[in-house]
Amino acid sequence: MQDEAGHGLYLYSAAETLGADRAELLDLLHQGRQRYSSIFNYPTLNWADVGAIGWLVDGAAITNQVPLCRCSYGPYARAMVRICKEESFHQRQGFEILHVLAHGTSAQRAMAQNAVDRWYWPSLMMFGPPDAESAHSEQSMAYKIKRFSNDDLRQRFVDMIVPQADALGLTLPDPDLRWNAERGHYDFGPIDWAEFKQVLKGNGPCNRQRLAHRRAAHAEGAWVREAARAHAAKRAAREEREGSAA
Amino acid sequence: MSERMDDWPLWEVFVRARRGLSHVHVGSLHAADAEHALRNARDLYTRRQEGVSVWVVPAARITASAPEEKGAFFDPADDKVYRHPTFYTVPEGVEHL
Repeated sequence: MQDEAGHGLYLYSAAETLGADRAELLDLLHQGRQRYSSIFNYPTLNWADVGAIGWLVDGAAITNQVPLCRCSYGPYARAMVRICKEESFHQRQGFEILHVLAHGTSAQRAMAQNAVDRWYWPSLMMFGPPDAESAHSEQSMAYKIKRFSNDDLRQRFVDMIVPQADALGLTLPDPDLRWNAERGHYDFGPIDWAEFKQVLKGNGPCNRQRLAHRRAAHAEGAWVREAARAHAAKRAAREEREGSAA
Repeated sequence: MSERMDDWPLWEVFVRARRGLSHVHVGSLHAADAEHALRNARDLYTRRQEGVSVWVVPAARITASAPEEKGAFFDPADDKVYRHPTFYTVPEGVEHL
């Protein structure tokens, strides 16, 4: 949890180097005017989900973010270096969780398979719309913020996880998934882009719940922020008094 | 009291990875005061034993050269390539020089 909160903070810091204001960015998020990764709008039901999220979601994040470590904007690139190191720990942790469950009782195995079945497609959607329909890709590629296209990264991810799923002894829920010797890649079935669009619009399974929770957490933390400010003011006043007395 | 984050100033964080190395800038964070910044820096930048020492500096107190003036600012060194040892020729066979 600390890692994930940390990743948010690294990226907010990077945004601030461009002159953005942290509080304004948080306001935009809370007002639903700033996007966050579509994946966070899916429900997490049980412990196997923790494994599937670590393996698939953080695995997809790594695939996406490793090239960003060499992108053209330094503060963003440097944040990504730290993020990738930490995500790779999450990915391996997730893989181990699933491996233990997949080699446990039949109920545990079913739990692991069920979690993978639910997280597979949403994790493929994390790479964003197909290249032809991606609104920001062209500009981001021109600026070298983004170095590989959505579809290329998605393919790289599928190629990576198929053998890993085999090692887990779990299946990926795609009947069209097969090795294409000609392309040297795995072919995979069509992605439900209508679902993706609905999630981006705010109509995913948990969008409202997630945002409501984020707002509530921010509001409930107000007293902490206020207390820290009061403490800092008191301390500054005391230091000033002691300074002038000396 | 206002609820703006700008009441929590920005701090730049420097971490010394281990003895013998200098502190290196690792990023920034917001905190109410120096003590708070130090604790947040520990939690944010040294979760995996990345450091043995942390400095926090109020970002507002840093004086920086202007990137757009870097040509003019650094030009005193431009015509002084003789400051590099490779500028000088040494006769063949002379060692340890």
